Amino acid sequence: MPIFTVLICGGAACISSGEEVVKNKLISLIKDKNLEGDVKIIETGCMGPCQYGPVMIVYPDGSYYIHLTEDKIEKIVNEHFIKGRPVKEFLWETPEARKKVEEKKIIPFFEKQLKIVLSNCGNIDPENIDEYIGKGGYEALGKVLTEMTPEEVIDIVTRSGLRGRGGAGFPTGLKWKFARDAKGDEKYIICNGDEGDPGAFMDRSICEGDPHAVLEGMAIAGYAIGANKGYIYIRAEYPLAVKRLQIALKQAKKYGLIGKNIFETGFNFDIEIRMGAGAFVCGEETALIASIEGKRGQPRPKPPFPAQKGLWGKPTVINNVETLANIRHIILKGPEWFASYGTEKSKGTKVFALSGKVKNTGLVEVPIGITLRELIFDIGGGIQNDKKFKAVQIGGPSGGCIPEEHLDTPIDYESLTSLGAIMGSGGLIVLDEDNCMVSMAKFFLEFTVDESCGQCIPCRVGLKQMYNILDKITKGYGTIEDLERLEELAKTVKTTSLCGLGQTAPNPVLSTLRYFKDEYLEHIIDKKCRANVCKFEFKEERVKEKI
Amino acid sequence: MKLEDLRKIREKVQKEIELREGKARVKIVVGMGTSGIAAGAREVLKTFLDEIEKRNLKDVIVTQTGEKGFASKEPIVVIEEEGKPNIVYGNVTPDIARRIVVEHIVNGNPVSDYVIEVGGK
Ligand SMILES: Cc1cc2nc3c(=O)[nH]c(=O)nc-3n(C[C@H](O)[C@H](O)[C@H](O)COP(=O)(O)O)c2cc1C
Repeated sequence: MPIFTVLICGGAACISSGEEVVKNKLISLIKDKNLEGDVKIIETGCMGPCQYGPVMIVYPDGSYYIHLTEDKIEKIVNEHFIKGRPVKEFLWETPEARKKVEEKKIIPFFEKQLKIVLSNCGNIDPENIDEYIGKGGYEALGKVLTEMTPEEVIDIVTRSGLRGRGGAGFPTGLKWKFARDAKGDEKYIICNGDEGDPGAFMDRSICEGDPHAVLEGMAIAGYAIGANKGYIYIRAEYPLAVKRLQIALKQAKKYGLIGKNIFETGFNFDIEIRMGAGAFVCGEETALIASIEGKRGQPRPKPPFPAQKGLWGKPTVINNVETLANIRHIILKGPEWFASYGTEKSKGTKVFALSGKVKNTGLVEVPIGITLRELIFDIGGGIQNDKKFKAVQIGGPSGGCIPEEHLDTPIDYESLTSLGAIMGSGGLIVLDEDNCMVSMAKFFLEFTVDESCGQCIPCRVGLKQMYNILDKITKGYGTIEDLERLEELAKTVKTTSLCGLGQTAPNPVLSTLRYFKDEYLEHIIDKKCRANVCKFEFKEERVKEKI
Repeated sequence: MKLEDLRKIREKVQKEIELREGKARVKIVVGMGTSGIAAGAREVLKTFLDEIEKRNLKDVIVTQTGEKGFASKEPIVVIEEEGKPNIVYGNVTPDIARRIVVEHIVNGNPVSDYVIEVGGK
């Protein structure tokens, strides 16, 4: 037994801020100083506070080190590992209290969070199946296979109130029931790991930090609907997530937890990983199915829904990564336990990727129903550099902006929709007074114009025209008629597009028009951008002309 | 694999995880300040680890701390046990460390000759 166990965050954000150099330094120092038996190093998935990376926790005392460098590592090895004295000045500090903290329990970033889906993320070695099993992994699969009928499993998931975490929030139990009831000798489970929203990295973090939870969720879903085969569709731009899933799958197969005759119950379930090229539209379920079938990733009209006619025309359940990672907890702790968190209509927790102008960016998991204010100001620590909060963009390119007056709204599917945003997959970008709302809308439109598959006219042509108008406004050429046309186009594209991409792409425009119309008007009438983001190319000449 | 096999792995690893997170019945805390190390605290610490490993004690962890403020009695070792006052040992050698494991931790009788304080931290 080692004296110290170091959990070092190997999430993608920490890796990009230099985790590998720090880790290698740690390994070599430990070797040089003959501490190999005393200090054990485990590389985990994302621990959450990405802004402070690279981070590591030292157990048994729970010292939480942040912003690590090679020099800091050297001092930590000498002081903490050799002499038993945590290096206080490198520990996490709360900006408010300016007080050094030694235990993560008393860091506000964690206080209001409730980690269910992320409970293993950052706490175990994701490349070691035994660690997952040590945390109760595959117990839920064992339980459903040996004690429950598929109908009972579906009943539990239904009673838990779990809704899809991929954006639309469709009740998961109901989706499984449709697929179970659908006729067909072959059925499929697909895990949607496409995660195309800019600013979102929840699903990636789950796959990197707790890949077995996804596999276990899929196997349980397979048993529930009567499928023997599952696919994980994940974008190739997530190489670490792909690698961890591959390792997990290999280990699970070796143990017989995925494959033939699982737990000697006669249930067979195999999983294959398919890499996507990273097109936003491929996250849409019918396009994703086409992509797995080897066709171009284009959506088709619904109905028929995938639960009836999905992959190769067979009944298929397609669920988001986070949805599936919730399943084992629901089976083990019961639907009532799960439903005790959240609101009347939205149960459980949601993982958010907090980014933008907020002090603590990172990966957070909160009970659904927490207010935006709590999320941004308590967990997020408020706005950077004492600037003024302007809005929060939630739900990515399908979502919208919510202004200050609605900060006390509880975060749940219905409230967000009524404010013109959506829960989406959980990307949350905080904007301050230096952000221009017209430019913001333009940014998302540029994204959806690029990502439109071009099949239907409203989306292909309508979005492009909307983009052109926004471009004109941000350059100082916009007219009042443009504004009216923009709104009309937005409504038309929303109601006439074939798939969810076009149906939701106008949301960033509509929501900024709803709450920030004065900024649009300032751009058009006063040729002014209050955030000083837009450059009005010909402003000078126009002024001269007038004189 | 059968469900029983899974549970065996779980029990073993669960214990390991609890220990690394500091959840243990008994904690042996070795003072490792500069003077402690000079007085041989590192050897004492290694001996504890060795004995615990040998006896396969699954709910005991060894940790270290800085100066304890008993400079004349280094190496200092504190035994923290749930629901009992802490016991502080002074002038601990590897031999005494072995005795502490057997007599105190396994059999529950502190090695009274070397106890310098009861209830201290
Ligand atoms: C344009 C578009 C992109 C989407 N991208 C994703 C995605 O990246 N990940 C995801 O899980 N769902 C995405 N969805 C939603 C899926 O189509 C589908 O509803 C979801 O995977 C169902 O899983 P759930 O019920 O567990 O949420 C997208 C939908 C649209 C219209």
